[in-house]
Amino acid sequence: MKSGIVVFPGSNCDLDAYHLLRDVLNEEAEYIRHDAGSIGDVDLVILPGGFSYGDYLRSGAIARFSRIMPAVAEFAASGGLVLGICNGFQVLTEAGLLPGALIRNRHLQFRCSQVYLRVENTATPFTCAADRDNVLQIPIAHGDGSYYAPREILKDMEEKNQVLFRYVNSSGDITEEANPNGSIGNIAGVCNESGNVAGLMPHPERAGEKIMGSEDGLVIFRSLLQHLGKEGVGASV
Amino acid sequence: MLTVKFSGALKGENKLKWLAKVEVTLKKAILDPQGAAVESSLVTMGYDNVQQVRVGKYLELVLDAADRDKAAAQVEEMSKRLLSNPVIEDFSYIIQEAGA
Repeated sequence: MKSGIVVFPGSNCDLDAYHLLRDVLNEEAEYIRHDAGSIGDVDLVILPGGFSYGDYLRSGAIARFSRIMPAVAEFAASGGLVLGICNGFQVLTEAGLLPGALIRNRHLQFRCSQVYLRVENTATPFTCAADRDNVLQIPIAHGDGSYYAPREILKDMEEKNQVLFRYVNSSGDITEEANPNGSIGNIAGVCNESGNVAGLMPHPERAGEKIMGSEDGLVIFRSLLQHLGKEGVGASV
Repeated sequence: MLTVKFSGALKGENKLKWLAKVEVTLKKAILDPQGAAVESSLVTMGYDNVQQVRVGKYLELVLDAADRDKAAAQVEEMSKRLLSNPVIEDFSYIIQEAGA
């Protein structure tokens, strides 16, 4: 699996994703500059976390108009796999590649902690290696992570199984206490209708080694490898 | 409909300067935690008759355009594409002559 990690001015989890792919999973990965005209020959495009363009105006609003974005949109339209993590998720919603929006955390605090996620749909390239109702422990670090979508859009998304992850407690129950930011329906991650574009606020790339406190984030990357028909190596050492 | 106010505008060179004042607000259906925090503070300060505080954004920009309609059309487009996010926000604006 060859991944292209887009680097915007202010991205700061690009290296986290690169490290996980290269050093933990022994897969190919390269950076793609925000001002590049094409994404090159890759299987997966990752929009990483960070604070692109200082999050000015709205998180992701300015990055969404970067020179690279039409190429990302074209790749997505042709069925290419695109994963937005944290700020990357915000960029994808701003770009209209994913439904909804991410607004200020309900309690106004920047929240940096471990959360539990339940996998809601295991029939996507991003979750096919997960068990149904799998509870994953993955960290979050964001101030604008409260997911919102208008009721009619949300209904449509639920019907089409576009909700991928919800915040739950350690037993897998959806509770108010388990919701770290006020997201509607405890939604932590979603995909587009055709399932090839996904975004989530938590950081699976920071949960790929025991030393990081959890390896649960690997399931997303193992899913992608499985979907692409290639076995991952290295991580199970 | 298009009236030429200044002789130079015919050549498309002497465009007028317009000042756009754009307000962006969270849609009514969306909770505004910043507004709630400000409201709570105001009530604590003794302004206990205050309610429904909403925090929004205000932007000013100057643009060159041949007439007000053209300026407004451009501000409308920019507001939809970048200045606001139509999923969560509404916008409104006024256009004024900005002078020389």
